[in-house]
Amino acid sequence: MSDYNFAYLDEQTKRMIRRAILKALAVPGYQVPFASREMPMPYGWGTGGVQVSAACLVPEDRLKVIDQGADDTTNAVSIRRFFERTAGVATTGRTAEATLIQTRHRIPEEPLTRDQILVYQVPIPEPLRFLEPRETETRKMHSLEEYGLVHVKLYEDIARHGQIATSYAYPVKVEGRYVMDPSPIPKFDNPKLESAAVQLFGAGREQRIYALPPHCKVVSLDFEDHPFEATKADHACDLCGSGTSYLDEVIVDDAGGRMFVCSDTDYCEGRRDAGHRGRLAAINQEDAA
Amino acid sequence: MDDAVMTDAVMTGGFSDPSIQSAWGFRAAMMAMARPGDILAVSGAQAPGGVSVAASVMLLVLCDPETPIWLAPSHDSADLRRWIAFHTGAPVVATRGEAVFALGSWDSLVPLDGYRIGTAEYPDRSATLIVEMGALQGVGAVLTGPGIADRARLTLPEVAAFRANRALFPLGLDFFFTSGDKLAALPRSTVVAEPAEVV
Repeated sequence: MSDYNFAYLDEQTKRMIRRAILKALAVPGYQVPFASREMPMPYGWGTGGVQVSAACLVPEDRLKVIDQGADDTTNAVSIRRFFERTAGVATTGRTAEATLIQTRHRIPEEPLTRDQILVYQVPIPEPLRFLEPRETETRKMHSLEEYGLVHVKLYEDIARHGQIATSYAYPVKVEGRYVMDPSPIPKFDNPKLESAAVQLFGAGREQRIYALPPHCKVVSLDFEDHPFEATKADHACDLCGSGTSYLDEVIVDDAGGRMFVCSDTDYCEGRRDAGHRGRLAAINQEDAA
Repeated sequence: MDDAVMTDAVMTGGFSDPSIQSAWGFRAAMMAMARPGDILAVSGAQAPGGVSVAASVMLLVLCDPETPIWLAPSHDSADLRRWIAFHTGAPVVATRGEAVFALGSWDSLVPLDGYRIGTAEYPDRSATLIVEMGALQGVGAVLTGPGIADRARLTLPEVAAFRANRALFPLGLDFFFTSGDKLAALPRSTVVAEPAEVV
């Protein structure tokens, strides 16, 4: 291995983070302050998720890192290499094979199991921050369970757009108590927050850790006459043909041509390996050849 | 302090590979806290004075100079105090109200009203109790709540105290139960019922 301590962080830092994780699991949805360290990557690149992962990893883990669903983007590749080097853990692109998955802004399409841990990178952990900029006030609002402002925001969406226009970082209420920001995942992923896996959220710059234990009740906020809806682009994947996965829209030429592809690259590849074909799959194969 | 009293029991019993063994110990502690009622095995540490392997591992994984520990009379001994000082550097405090962690048998840890339960704005600033048990089994009290798919069972020393603790939510205490090399956990979020109360 390398000259780094296991998983980069020193032992006392890991203990501090580990204690915060335990309290976060004990009070689901509550943001536990922690003494976030400077990491060898800039804020906004997943320093919170990396610190949580570092505190959780064991040498036997098989790590998967995704950025907006993809295993092969810069952020995912660099974090995966970081832990290959500093923790010596095995890595994988396959959701089912991974024991710990660090994610930026997506939940994998494939349902997670009880032995998996999902670590989210969180930019702004406070769901009330854009409604009330003062930390002293938002902290008081959480303690008093004063969440009227969030509903006002959703109501203003309806008044202005005729529907709830919030499409990502859609606020949820955890176990009937804390309103939580699920990180900027598309609201399509919100129903998957009720999972058999352990879900941990790390915000490095904002110095907060929060968590969802398995099978935790997570309700997306809504109104009786405007119920929550998990939306996606109204297409099938052009590569694998899946009609149920979350899609990215890709502009393919200067004439307005576009295609829709699964945002979860592993899910898409798995389906194509199993013989599923989408509208443009044939063309794509010719390109590759 | 007499140096001659620094026995082998004080110097030994720590992790041989702290970084890796702490990671294993924490993974077990985290999974126990995430899934109340699950019983997991740990290894690698042995504190003196009748402390279980599991409680010893918890002390090494979680405690350092930032975490005051209160030792209940059942487990308070000169050897254990020195072991904690040598291996973790954590201060042993005189009253339960100062403690971040407390260690002892149930009879010795109660009453629970002296521990820190957090504040409305910072519910995380509460104590974690490490309760040494005679045995740990998946029978007895019925647990429901976050981390539990349907319901779980766990041998608890009593029900009333945990029910009162749940009523404080989101404030309250969190518990680890240890016996031999086994550990389980009960966060404040878990609803506890007598077996007879559940149909």
